[in-house]
Amino acid sequence: MTNTVNKTPLFNEHVALNARMVEFAGWQMPIQYVGLKEEHKACREHIGLFDVSHMGEIRFKGPKAVESLQWLATNDVSKIESGQAQYSLLPNKQGGLVDDIFIYCLEKNADYLVCVNAANKDKDFAWMTANNKGADITDESNYWGQIAVQGPKALALCDALFSELKPSQWARNEIKKTTFQGFSALVATTGYTGESGCEIFIEAAGTTQLWQALMQHPLKPVPVGLGARDTLRTEMKYSLYGHEIDDTTNPYEAALGWAIKPQTKDFINKAQIVAVKDQGLKRKLIGFKMIDRGIPRQGYEIKNSAGSRIGITTSGTHSPTLDEPIGIAYVETAHSAEGSEIFVDIRGKLVKAVVVKTPFIQK
Amino acid sequence: MPFHIPEDLYYTKDHEWAQVDENIVTVGITEFAQDQLGEIVYVDLPEEGQKVTQNQSFGVVESVKAVSDLFAPVSGTVIEVNSALLEDPSSLNDDPNNDGWLVRIEMDSEKELANLMRSPEYKKLINDK
Repeated sequence: MTNTVNKTPLFNEHVALNARMVEFAGWQMPIQYVGLKEEHKACREHIGLFDVSHMGEIRFKGPKAVESLQWLATNDVSKIESGQAQYSLLPNKQGGLVDDIFIYCLEKNADYLVCVNAANKDKDFAWMTANNKGADITDESNYWGQIAVQGPKALALCDALFSELKPSQWARNEIKKTTFQGFSALVATTGYTGESGCEIFIEAAGTTQLWQALMQHPLKPVPVGLGARDTLRTEMKYSLYGHEIDDTTNPYEAALGWAIKPQTKDFINKAQIVAVKDQGLKRKLIGFKMIDRGIPRQGYEIKNSAGSRIGITTSGTHSPTLDEPIGIAYVETAHSAEGSEIFVDIRGKLVKAVVVKTPFIQK
Repeated sequence: MPFHIPEDLYYTKDHEWAQVDENIVTVGITEFAQDQLGEIVYVDLPEEGQKVTQNQSFGVVESVKAVSDLFAPVSGTVIEVNSALLEDPSSLNDDPNNDGWLVRIEMDSEKELANLMRSPEYKKLINDK
């Protein structure tokens, strides 16, 4: 680990676009280009382009790849075939999570690419290596650049650039190997916005060519910074490591039970994680909207009408799509049903809110 | 970016402006502040009659992304609040130097004005950023 700030292969593109750059997870990243709301809207209504080259990529190869991933991750990786992808979780040994990940099956039983959060990449790699069951594990993060193309017209743009693949015809969570202008690439129908679209892994040296080809296409996609990436995922109530999940959170409380398969396989710390659920969840992750004025933010306490603490806000923002404040919080199970009235402690004031159905927007 | 920084106003290092009319001080945020925050979607302001203290927080403005404190340029009593902003903060985005004013304060002591910047000094502050 060094203290230097990393630059993605697209750093010069962002500067040329006059993006506002910030340090995020050790990387210089664009927080916004023209404005968060416009970028958010472009992704919901047209096409957003995201530089996600900061994400980590860790490769699992060899005859023990599946056995190792089954032990490290909660979902059942034996269920995905070559060319399919799966969301999963890395449990730690204290009942919490090391990270949440996407596993891409490039060749069944032999070759898997694991996409991990940028901030956790070194921690994940060390954890995977320490708990390996014989896979050949390589950190390929420097090898890959990554661009997400998301929005209602995103697949049309991906079809235009990858006409031999036609990703618009695939199911969600599929992946195929290809090349782009001679560079190795992987095109996947995954994403973190709630829109259809692709995430494209490409050799770092080819990332700029791919970005420029996307930008110059007549469909005119709009570059989107980390600011709108966060509001887009919050509207979908997608978990973000460091907010909804961290090294202390139980994944059932985080409503991620669909990515945990204790009946079909063993994994690290399975007994403790499942016990929390079997004993009845004490708290749940819910979405809420404000009844009275105020914007919820991460860390704001949730209280009952008597002012007693019943939970904590994990994410909150003003939803650009709905033009109203939305929040995600852990609350005691008794207060977690839709329609429950809760109060958010905003700078010492109790502001009324209500538990609502999520995702906040219907896709 | 060309920000309009009127010469008749006083400025704080936290990017508020103060227009002084005898002992009445009108307070707002600068165009630079608005640009840095992005579109402001929420404003929290004090009640009329509330006491404020120079350099202390008297309210917040929030963009989609972030919460920012508002700091009083002078000590005194709030005598008027731009309550239209509470329902619709758009004038704070469109015209922070005029229609987007936040509060009027009856100032305790004009000596505190010596702690504020005039426009040349404020221009230098934002140009150095």
